[in-house]
Amino acid sequence: MAALAGRIKSERDGARLVVSLGGRWGIDEADRLDGELRRLAPGPAKAVSIDIAGVEALDTAAALVLYRARKRLRADGHAAEFARARPELSALLDLIEANDAPVECRAPREPPLRAIVAHVGRATIEALDNGLKMLSFFGLTMTTLARAAIRPWRIRGTALVGHMEQAGLDAVPIVALISFLIGVVLAYQGADQLAKFGAEIFVVNLVGISVLREIGILLTAIVIAGRSGSAFTAAIGSMKVREEIDAMRTLGLDPIEVLVLPRLLALIVTLPLLAFFADAMGLLGGGLMAWISLGIGPAQFIERLGDAVPMWSFWVGIIKAPVFAFLIAMVGCYEGFQVSGSAESVGRHTTKAVVEAIFLVIVVDAAFSILFAYLGV
Amino acid sequence: MAGSATAAIRVRGLRTRFGPQVVHDNLDLEVRYGEVLGVVGASGTGKSVLLRAVVGLMKPAAGSIEVLGHDISRLGAAERREIESRTGVLFQDGALFSSLTVAQNVQVPLREHTSLPQDVIDEITAVKLGMVGLPPEAACKYPSELSGGMRKRAGLARALALDPEIVCLDEPTAGLDPIGAAAFDGLVRRLQRTLGITVFMVTHDLDSLWAICDRIAVLAEKQVLVVGPMEVMLQHEHPWVRSYFHGPRARAQRSE
Repeated sequence: MAALAGRIKSERDGARLVVSLGGRWGIDEADRLDGELRRLAPGPAKAVSIDIAGVEALDTAAALVLYRARKRLRADGHAAEFARARPELSALLDLIEANDAPVECRAPREPPLRAIVAHVGRATIEALDNGLKMLSFFGLTMTTLARAAIRPWRIRGTALVGHMEQAGLDAVPIVALISFLIGVVLAYQGADQLAKFGAEIFVVNLVGISVLREIGILLTAIVIAGRSGSAFTAAIGSMKVREEIDAMRTLGLDPIEVLVLPRLLALIVTLPLLAFFADAMGLLGGGLMAWISLGIGPAQFIERLGDAVPMWSFWVGIIKAPVFAFLIAMVGCYEGFQVSGSAESVGRHTTKAVVEAIFLVIVVDAAFSILFAYLGV
Repeated sequence: MAGSATAAIRVRGLRTRFGPQVVHDNLDLEVRYGEVLGVVGASGTGKSVLLRAVVGLMKPAAGSIEVLGHDISRLGAAERREIESRTGVLFQDGALFSSLTVAQNVQVPLREHTSLPQDVIDEITAVKLGMVGLPPEAACKYPSELSGGMRKRAGLARALALDPEIVCLDEPTAGLDPIGAAAFDGLVRRLQRTLGITVFMVTHDLDSLWAICDRIAVLAEKQVLVVGPMEVMLQHEHPWVRSYFHGPRARAQRSE
C-alpha cells in the first residue's frame, strides 16, 4: 500500500503542546503508535492539542489508542483536546467515548477451601442425580420394551436392521483384527513363560480359557462402546440440539420407541454374534502362534482345546454379551438425551457415554466373575 | 493496489456446481467500494452459495473472483490471511463459537491476527459490542444464553472486529421481529457510513432492500439477471422481478 504509515510530531507553542498526526492509523500499527503516544512529554504545558487533520485513515483500534492517550493526558492534569477532526473521525472517536467500559468477565473468587468443599459437594450431588436419572431412563425403556413385546409390530424393522448393520456387521473387521492380535500376543507371552517349566502345551489352556471366558467378549464390548455407544450419543444428541426430538413428540412419536429400542435390540442381537466371532479369531491367532513358536500343530491344538477347555467357558463368555450390549446401548442413548444447547455439549456427553459404558462393562464383568465362581463354573 | 480501484468484489464468469447440479453459470457481478449491495433471488438460486464463493468457502468450478483487487483462487497462504482479515462475514445464525463467551468470540480475530496487548483488546471488544448495540452485560454470556437478534449482533461485532473493508451478511434480518429487523438495518447503515465499509448482503427482506441497499442484484436462471437501484427493479419486465417488487408485500412498501 502506497499510503504512509502513521506518524506523530509534537512541538511546543508557548504554554501549549501541539501534537500533529499524519498518515494511516491502522490496527497493525496500533501497538507502535501507542508506545509513541505514551512517550509524549507535555512537561509544564497546560494545554495539549492533538491535531488529527492529517490522519488519512483511522480504524477502531488506532482510534482507541488515540482516545486512551487523551484520557491519560487529562488524568495527568493537562487540558487535552482533539483538533480539526473530520466528521467521520470525530464520529468514530465519539463512538469510542460512548463505550468506554472494558469488558470484565471474571467470576467472583471464593476462598480456596470453600471452593474445594463446594466442588466436591456439587460433584457428589450431580453424580447421585445422574444415577437417579439413568435409573429412570432404564425404567422408561423397559416399560417401552414391554409394550413393544406385547405389540411387536411397533418395533421399527428397517431401523433395527440398519443399526444391526452399522453396529454389528461394520464392526466385524476391527473386532476380528484386535481379537486375532490379542490371541497372538497371549500365546507368544504365555509360551515364553511356560517354556521355563517345560509346560508349553498349557499354552492351549491359557489361550482357550482366557479368550473364551474374558478377553473375547471384553474386547468386543470395549470396541463397541467406543464405536457404537459414542455414535448413539452423538446421533441422538445432535437431534436434540436441532429440536428434532421435540418435533417427534409433537407428532405423537415416542422417542424411546423410535430411537432407543432399535438401537438397543440391534446391539443385543449383534454383540453375542460379534463376541462369538472374536472368540474364533482369538483362538485362531493363539493357535497360529502356538504352531509357529512351539510347533503345536492345528490338529493337536484342537484336540487339546477340547480336553482342557470345558464347553462352559465358551458359554460364560457369550452369556455376558447381551448384558454388556444392554449397558452400552442404554448409556449411549441416555447420554444422547442429556445433551442440551450447544455443539460442545454433544462432544462432552459423547465422551461421558464411552467412559461410563466401559466402566460399567468392567464392573459388571467383575460381578459376573464372582457369580460364576459362586456357581462353580 | 492491483486491479481496478472501483470494485471491491468482482466476480467474472463464475460457475459453481454440486455434482451434476449447476448453481451458477457464467455469472458476473461487481460490488463497488462503499456501497451496500443486496442480493435477492428465489429459494435455490444460489444466493448463499454465491456468498460462500466470495468469501472463499467454496471453490468455483470456473471463473474468477477478485476481492479487494486480488484473485482469491490464486492467493498464497499469507495473502489469503491478509484478505481474510480485511473481510468480515456474518453467517445466518451468527455462527458464534458456542464454547466461548460473546466477548471471547469478538476477540478471536483480534488475538489471531494482531499482537495487541490484552487491555487494548478488551477495550476494542467493548467498543465493538457498543457499536452493534449490545449491552455490556451481554459480553460475559454464552451464545446459547442469547436471543436470535442478540446472536446476530454479536456475530456482526465479531465480523467487524478487525475493521474490515468488506462485510458479507447472509440474511441478516431473517428471523428477527420487524422492530429488531429495522434496528438491524439502521445499524448496518450507520456502520457503513461511519466506517466506510462495503456491504455485500444476501437478503429476502424487502424492507432492508428499500431502507439500506444502494443497489440490488437479482439472481435467476443461474446468472445475475439485473443489477441496479430500486427504481430499475421497479421498471424491470422479468416476471419474477415484477412479482417480487410488485407483489402484495412490496405494495405496502411503496405506499409509504
